[in-house]
Amino acid sequence: MTEMRTPLRKVRGLGTAREGTGHFWRIRVTSVALIILTLYFLGFVISLNGAGYETVRAALARPFAALMMGLFVLVGLVHMRLGMQEIIEDYIHAEGQKLALLILSIFFCVAVGVASIFALLKLTLGG
Amino acid sequence: MVALTLPKNSKVRQGKTWPKPEGATNLREYRIYRWSPDDGENPRIDTYYVDTDDCGPMVLDALLWIKNKVDPTLTLRRSCREGICGSCAMNIDGTNTLACTKGADEISGAVKIYPLPHMPVVKDLVPDLTVPYTQLTTIQPYLQTVSPPPEKEWLQSHDDRAKLDGLYECILCFCCQTSCPSYWWNGDRYLGPAVLLQAYRWLIDSRDEATGERLDNLEDPFRLYRCHTIMNCTQACPKGLNPAKAIAEIKKMMVERRV
Repeated sequence: MTEMRTPLRKVRGLGTAREGTGHFWRIRVTSVALIILTLYFLGFVISLNGAGYETVRAALARPFAALMMGLFVLVGLVHMRLGMQEIIEDYIHAEGQKLALLILSIFFCVAVGVASIFALLKLTLGG
Repeated sequence: MVALTLPKNSKVRQGKTWPKPEGATNLREYRIYRWSPDDGENPRIDTYYVDTDDCGPMVLDALLWIKNKVDPTLTLRRSCREGICGSCAMNIDGTNTLACTKGADEISGAVKIYPLPHMPVVKDLVPDLTVPYTQLTTIQPYLQTVSPPPEKEWLQSHDDRAKLDGLYECILCFCCQTSCPSYWWNGDRYLGPAVLLQAYRWLIDSRDEATGERLDNLEDPFRLYRCHTIMNCTQACPKGLNPAKAIAEIKKMMVERRV
């Protein structure tokens, strides 16, 4: 079959999106934050290894611990969403599927985030 | 879309085994990808035996020996036979490289040769490089200035000139470009390591005055940011250049101009 479009037409495509660096920068910033937050999270979990519900709740009632946990969840989810976007854009090329998956990944991250924060608040503030 | 299997008409079949040269004592086995647009057949792997006592040391020598003495229909590009023209780029023993600078003795066992990966094939070992060449034109790989031209040449300090080392040596063989998985999956939108290395060569040139416009042209999730630092490009480059680093430098410039 003869290709009627010129190569340049194909290569230029829809032009530049004039963004991309923001995404790149946010991935880097969240990565750096996650080094600290993940280390804290691991330390926190290990220190509570085998502890009962009340002990865990008491530990999470401390504002610093609660804030670090909240940050770990939120920053982790932002990082995950950005990363999933990269993966979907890399591998899924059907426009409809790509859009659907991008939306789903956002919904998933928001749902996990809301549920996690709710659980954390419940543990932290009691009730 | 990611292609994990080849389309039916691209599946590679076992081809012909050509007779061993008579009276030869030292033989080397070559398994070479063959495909012709004219016969409607699937690609096949032909096996050849090269008399190493009668042939030069490089893979290109062997390919030309085969073409001259065994099978004149074997099709490949070659020109300078010394690693400066980039014509004989192909996949040898699993790595994209130049047939003229790859010694057959660097490979153990049969020498397996395919065209550069994930490009349309014109015939046998000749890939269609129209898209990467077109992508190269979009980054405008030439000096751009606004200031009135000086009486003689545009001057550059020794330090600024040194910044072009490791970039200007690129011969555009596209070994790196076609080794990049990101380029395989998104070659229509991602510019690829060879083109981005060229882009950086002009971004970092102290005499060029279009740096901002050049960056604008790359500010895109696909054109630039499909690079995930996989490093196949740097590993493949037969000239020992580092396209991955050049791309990282472009990303740094992008961040630098907004923070």
